[in-house]
Amino acid sequence: MRKVQLLKLAHARSGDKGDASNIGLIARKPEYYPILFEKVTAERVKRHFGEICKGKVERFEMPNIYALNFLLHEALAGGGTVSLRNDAQGKTMSTALLRMEIEVDDNLLIDIP
Amino acid sequence: MKESIRIASGQGYWGDLPQAPVWQVRKGPIDYLVMDYLAEVTMSILQKQRSRDPKLGYAKDLISVMDKILPDVVEKGIKVVTNGGGVNPQACRDAIFEIASKKRIKGLKIGIVHGDDILGKIDELLSNGIDLRNMDTGESLRTVRERLQSANVYFGAVPISQALQQGAQIVLTGRTTDTGLTLAPMMYEFGWSENDFDKLAAGIVAGHILECGGQSSGGNFLKDWRSVPDLANIGFPIAEAYPDGTVFITKHEGTGGLVSVDTVKEQLVYEIGDPKEYITPEVIADFTTIQLEQAGENRVRVYGIKGLPPTEFYKVSASYFDGYYAVGMLTYGWPEALEKARAADQIMRQRLKDLGYQYEEFHTEFMGYNSCHGPLSPMPDELNEVVLRVAVRSRDFEAVDAFGRQLVPLVLTGPPTVTGFGGGRPKPQEVIAYWPSLIKKNLVNPVVEVIEI
Repeated sequence: MRKVQLLKLAHARSGDKGDASNIGLIARKPEYYPILFEKVTAERVKRHFGEICKGKVERFEMPNIYALNFLLHEALAGGGTVSLRNDAQGKTMSTALLRMEIEVDDNLLIDIP
Repeated sequence: MKESIRIASGQGYWGDLPQAPVWQVRKGPIDYLVMDYLAEVTMSILQKQRSRDPKLGYAKDLISVMDKILPDVVEKGIKVVTNGGGVNPQACRDAIFEIASKKRIKGLKIGIVHGDDILGKIDELLSNGIDLRNMDTGESLRTVRERLQSANVYFGAVPISQALQQGAQIVLTGRTTDTGLTLAPMMYEFGWSENDFDKLAAGIVAGHILECGGQSSGGNFLKDWRSVPDLANIGFPIAEAYPDGTVFITKHEGTGGLVSVDTVKEQLVYEIGDPKEYITPEVIADFTTIQLEQAGENRVRVYGIKGLPPTEFYKVSASYFDGYYAVGMLTYGWPEALEKARAADQIMRQRLKDLGYQYEEFHTEFMGYNSCHGPLSPMPDELNEVVLRVAVRSRDFEAVDAFGRQLVPLVLTGPPTVTGFGGGRPKPQEVIAYWPSLIKKNLVNPVVEVIEI
């Protein structure tokens, strides 16, 4: 097993839905999707974001495009126009998720440096 | 029936690239230009503008765009569909007619869609037991009634397609779903019925891909941003739609940017909830059925989409006044930039506390260190400089105003090597909060008018 940062396995885009942040996580290659599916659970994402996300995390699967969509509730300090954060609309929550490290089998990832 | 139509995205939001709609009408063939101007709380700004001047209340940027493109649009027979009518589509229409008459354009037909603005009907609705409960909190709109700034129903594609049916070349709407702007031309051109759910869903998906402009054609592309050529001349996306619901996403030849399966994927996941239930007034689109295929250079085929019958509700977007906020910044230079910024923040907080001010929220970030990822940001060894960014929010105007008066004095009464206060004292701004709710479709009716000059 080795630790790999999600940035190597996936790309992402995030935005806001009220006070919830939406993060779409897309496998860089179809063969990485099962890894994301198994390791990047709603609970794991909730733990990763810690105090940033005050509500629950929902996960939805989009196997057709090898993607997972996450809704992080109460994660934008009030949402678009109320939030005092520089990133009030959660545009950079995508790469905040990609900072996550997951454990993967060595033989699954032969082409990752 | 046309074999296919090309629908071009011209603006993804109010403030988007001003050249984009000009490029879309001039750099290649299109049948429709669709432009989205309205964000959730834009309506409150427009309501204020209209209350000061009854000739305002629409997206004024649209007028300067129309001034540039109207001759091209008329000459080439391009149809324009936009929600830039805001809370005053009538005044927006008048302004465009004025441009047309200055340019000696005759026979122009403009359609407007209104009836979405229910601000004037709120008391009647509330007294009839329609509570417009907040979708997130469940509270009745009564709780913010006195502070309400705007309330608009999201209409969809149907009234727009009716305006096109009546011969409108330009359709100006108030609050309309972004996706409806793109679906409407397909419904009209291909004669899709309100029960062709799979086709309607395909139109919605195309609308979702187009609704943020360049964000599906190489802008904000995280997977490999360096691979996107010539972003300076980014071609905004175009949906080439066919009567069976197949759509190709592409862009004009010779423009910059990139349309690939990956750029389209990133837009598909943008600001969605449950992908199986992408709810619109016309249909519930199932995003888990979308198939993508690279069909050529800068050309992606989008197909296989399934849709289900819509709900009996329209979404309502309301906004209300919720106090004041102010944001201020100071830049601290090396050495010990972060430590000095932290100390300055503490000094200011102490001074405001001693003066007796309290805040609902007092938020400090250090740009260059943690303003994007907050506590997930690893501590760097040493920063060359850091921007102290402080923001406060309160119902008490005086408290927010006092904050503005305490920030700049830190320059001469706090830690050293500080600059970047040229903007002066941060001024209190109104907080406009968002109130999402639902309303039964039978309680509101879109109004469609088409007029020719």
